[in-house]
Amino acid sequence: MKIIVLIKQVPDTTDVKIAPETNTLIRDGVESIINPFDMYAIEEALRVRETLGEGEVIVVSMGPPQAEEALREAISMGCDSAILLSDRKFAGSDTWATSYTLSQAIKKVGDHRVIFCGKQASDGDTAQVGPGISMHLDIPQVTYVKKIEKIDGKSATVERMTEEGYDIVETPLPAIFTVVKEINEPRLPSLKGKMKAKKAEIPVWTAEELTCDENKIGLDGSPTRVVKIFTPPPREGGQLLKGEPAETAGELAGILKGLIIG
Amino acid sequence: MDYLLTEEQQMIKDLCRQIAEEKIKPVAAEYDENEEFPWDIVKILADSDIFGIYLPEEYGGMGGGVLDLAIATEQLSWGCGGIALAFAATGLGAFPIILYGNDEQKARYLPELASGKKLAAFCLTEAEAGSDAGSIKTTAKKDGDHYIINGTKQWITNGGEAEIYTVVAITDRSKGARGASAFIVDKDTPGLSFGKKENKMGIRGSATREVIFTDCRVPKANLLGKEGLGFIVAMKTFDNSRPGVAAQAVGIAQRALDEAVKYAHERKQFGTTISSFQGIQFMLADMAIQVEAARALIYSAARMIDSGARNVAKVSAMCKTHASDTAMKVTTDAVQVFGGYGYMKEYPVEKLMRDAKITQIYEGTNQIQRSVIASALIKESLA
Repeated sequence: MKIIVLIKQVPDTTDVKIAPETNTLIRDGVESIINPFDMYAIEEALRVRETLGEGEVIVVSMGPPQAEEALREAISMGCDSAILLSDRKFAGSDTWATSYTLSQAIKKVGDHRVIFCGKQASDGDTAQVGPGISMHLDIPQVTYVKKIEKIDGKSATVERMTEEGYDIVETPLPAIFTVVKEINEPRLPSLKGKMKAKKAEIPVWTAEELTCDENKIGLDGSPTRVVKIFTPPPREGGQLLKGEPAETAGELAGILKGLIIG
Repeated sequence: MDYLLTEEQQMIKDLCRQIAEEKIKPVAAEYDENEEFPWDIVKILADSDIFGIYLPEEYGGMGGGVLDLAIATEQLSWGCGGIALAFAATGLGAFPIILYGNDEQKARYLPELASGKKLAAFCLTEAEAGSDAGSIKTTAKKDGDHYIINGTKQWITNGGEAEIYTVVAITDRSKGARGASAFIVDKDTPGLSFGKKENKMGIRGSATREVIFTDCRVPKANLLGKEGLGFIVAMKTFDNSRPGVAAQAVGIAQRALDEAVKYAHERKQFGTTISSFQGIQFMLADMAIQVEAARALIYSAARMIDSGARNVAKVSAMCKTHASDTAMKVTTDAVQVFGGYGYMKEYPVEKLMRDAKITQIYEGTNQIQRSVIASALIKESLA
């Protein structure tokens, strides 16, 4: 059985810059890392393999050729093998086209029992690719997974984080889980893993090999139109009322009245 | 500086640095304060294959040598010179087996050391036998298929935590220096116990303890080499392990330099950062020169040992002495750069100074090292 982890290579910064003419991220000069949430997905996949005592962890990424580095890092942590989906035709994919392309790859891998991804990527922050794959593959999804309570080859019981606490969800497998950082602490690579990663052959799958419907991939296959991206202005300081409570309360009431009635 | 490391050595360096930065540095002050044994870090090192770096591949290691061990020890010691000892002192305990163990002994003990499942410790020093190792009192008396060991070893790093002890004891006192032998003793052997855990000035994240042998029966199969080789085992072990102590020292010194440079940028006096003062600049420059020179000497000595050269006692002693003296000097200067803050425990440099001190003392004081170097010089001049 196969345990699939989907990862994304992202710029190592929370302060990404956007090219105004294309409205896409400027990646030049920024070091790339594995999306931090995906590190938890990798760790959980490795733990599931350890729990089950069987299975093969395959890590998949869609991206430019340089995303191979991210896949090698995943292998150095203990993943069995990696596949890179890379093709000029994939460029400009939105979350819908991305999840379609990844689903095609997962189908091609076959025998997938569990699919892991991070809850969202730190660059786009959409959290849509995981759920999109669930739809394309027609398998159950559980998002924001913070614990896998029980798992065997057929079903899993997981805790899904909510704002108030957590839900306990039981699902048949195959299923896709998106994970939150509360789920584990990602391991460091091992020396043997690093050596394996260095030598690993990472196949590159193109649109043709994935038998993709060309109308569903890349910019043309993406229904999303990015009209404008901007950094919101920083929040301003606000107004602090000082003095005796009786006085400031009256003052505050006056301000609020002014705001409401305008 | 480029030390022309192999790809594998670069990997070791990068991974050990990552472990030091992400896992060891954040907890170093806590272990220093509590004096607990860093089992959680030991587990991380084991999972990352670090314990196998210098052990032969056929026993589950990575097949590296003294240089690989030094590279790892340096980086881990950058994180904490005390915590790194769980790893480095295991190397010290393992060398007698690597160098003098027979196939059976190697097959029995090395795989579990390589995987990090077990730690090792080396037992030579006694209360009245420090620099004068020849005056040890612990005895091993032959009794059929066993030896019965009696005596107390002192200041044993990893004592009580390690599962495997390599021990030097007197088998025939009448033979003087040729009357000692080396043994492997498992922790669970009846008659092996542990005395008080020492309260130390530095390297407090490591365990230093008495190891006590009371009619401790060790099978003959655990004798390393043959009877009478005890001190040779010890000396050859030190030849291989001293670059590790040197690497520990240079790791501590590098950390002190890094902290001092960073602080000099931040600290403002007389309306400007203290890094703009030549007095500070010259100190930082001198620290950097000394650290780099010490590292270059260690790596050269380690390469010479790994090449299989025969007479390595001199270079091994040289790099240990130079690097540990450097560490003491550089950490003291780092405290000076920090001024009053450097003397406070909230800042990291006073610990570095405390940790550095031991490197001038253990595995042979620097005075003993100088004797080793001088006698080699004299011997060479007569040859």
